Amino acid sequence: MKIVVCVKQVPDTETRVKIAASGSAVSEADVASWIVSPYDEFAIEEALRIKEAKGGEVVVVTAGPDRAQAALRTGLAMGADSAVHVKDPLVDASDTLGTARALAAAIRTLAPFDLVLCGQQGVGGDNSQMPGLLAELLDLPQVTVAVKIELQDGKAVVEREIDGGRETWETPLPALVSAQKGLNEPRYASLKGIMAAKKKPIQVLDLAALGVDAASVAPKVSVTAMELPPARPAVRMIEGDPQTQAKELVRLLHEEAKVI
Amino acid sequence: MATILTFAEQRDGKLRRASLEVVSEARRLAGGLGAAVTTVLIGPGTESLAGELASYGSDRVVVFDDAALGAYATEAYARALSQAISDARPAVVLLPFTAMGKDLAPRVAAGVGAGLASDCVALEAKGGKLVARRPMYAGKAYATVEWAGEPQMATLRPNVFALGQPDASRKAEVVKGSAPASSRAKVAAVGASAQGKVPLTEAQIIVSGGRGLKGPENFPLVEALAEAMGAAVGASRAVVDAGWVDHQMQVGQTGKTVSPSLYVACGISGAIQHLAGMSSSKVIVAVNKDADAPIFKVADYGILGDVFEVLPKLTEAAKAHFASRG
Repeated sequence: MKIVVCVKQVPDTETRVKIAASGSAVSEADVASWIVSPYDEFAIEEALRIKEAKGGEVVVVTAGPDRAQAALRTGLAMGADSAVHVKDPLVDASDTLGTARALAAAIRTLAPFDLVLCGQQGVGGDNSQMPGLLAELLDLPQVTVAVKIELQDGKAVVEREIDGGRETWETPLPALVSAQKGLNEPRYASLKGIMAAKKKPIQVLDLAALGVDAASVAPKVSVTAMELPPARPAVRMIEGDPQTQAKELVRLLHEEAKVI
Repeated sequence: MATILTFAEQRDGKLRRASLEVVSEARRLAGGLGAAVTTVLIGPGTESLAGELASYGSDRVVVFDDAALGAYATEAYARALSQAISDARPAVVLLPFTAMGKDLAPRVAAGVGAGLASDCVALEAKGGKLVARRPMYAGKAYATVEWAGEPQMATLRPNVFALGQPDASRKAEVVKGSAPASSRAKVAAVGASAQGKVPLTEAQIIVSGGRGLKGPENFPLVEALAEAMGAAVGASRAVVDAGWVDHQMQVGQTGKTVSPSLYVACGISGAIQHLAGMSSSKVIVAVNKDADAPIFKVADYGILGDVFEVLPKLTEAAKAHFASRG
């Protein structure tokens, strides 16, 4: 069983976002710490559990600048066997589709594989696109937002979230599955794991090495401006005993805010 | 004439409200872009929904009603939608950012080579081109995005775009589409919880509970208030991680990002990752016993008090209000 896990390095979810001087990006200088996107940790954990149960190997793949290598080291420290780092300024400046094309090319170099796992969303960009983009580019069946994955011979049975409920899907392998919170509890890397990760191989590939031309990663969607959300008006505190407060709130919601 | 193409999600033969929001927005944009609106419907027996789509602004409805398209399957639906896109060569493609739209749109975007902006909360036609606004970092920042080339593809956040006034006299041309309906990954069973529940992301009112409830045994206080208000139930990450409630109820940066008309936060202090997920709600109410809780910084109305005393009274008052309005 060979499993490829796509990961993205993102600002810690506790980050107070500041806008960069360019006015169209988040200020990286104000990001105190970078983490593996939480949904990708579920994907790594699931891959490791499958490997532990059935044997095989786990390869973590990312695209990003030098700093993104830390995300790969985290995956390796958790127990992945090797890593691929797609590193090219044109990919960093690309959009979701361009990044997916570069990542798909990197994943193809790892064929044959049985399963590609991704987080269902990279926190920050919040696009929730990479799983579907990669599945189409790699011509794999996809099952997204998985909360349970069971592998049987040649197929995966996946429980996935839909609006207001869950469904069970089946797919032949190889397939791409994206991980949702609830799939598992990711492990912490052990000290031994962290030490071992330092010796595990990370293959660095740029667009030329991947055989992807610059035109195919030219962004089709660009952020032209970024701003902080508008400040909300000051709170209006409702006084009185609980009964008075409750009645007054309901009155205000009906008469003033007109939401009930 | 340019085309704006929309995907209309239906479930059990009923159009999702989010699909009608997308058609309404397409109609609104059609003026600025000098475009006509084409809507794609997928599923057997869905042709009967074309009239409703027309009343909200579709000029043309393409129906893929192959019997094999009854249950949603990504590849089959993606093929149908991609086929419609190749046929219509639209300038703009819009889908709702529902669970289905989220699953479908990227696959189609990669297939037709379109730039895709997810979860947009505002669209505008500028000089014949689309400009969108979308939250990033779960709403800690808002990005303005533009496209190079066409189609300009976007998914629209449910509950944000206004429904148009339906006009029953509007008619649409209905045409049949066809595309191979096979799919490798497909649904095998629907879970029991799927029936009749309003998804958090589409709820008009959400009542959420946090650590101030002290334990899972007290969560019914939140559920009772939600029921009295006809609201969906949400929760903070702290109580989801503590295992009180299912993670599907989590609101925040690693849960759902929501924009209801009314969000009632009960015993939620307002960690930054929670605020990120709900601060775009139209009206926010906070009930908390800590006057310094960050939740009061985003709230419109605040009750400084004990959730154990306030929630039962609030439930009573809400019941009385809704009873008096029938």
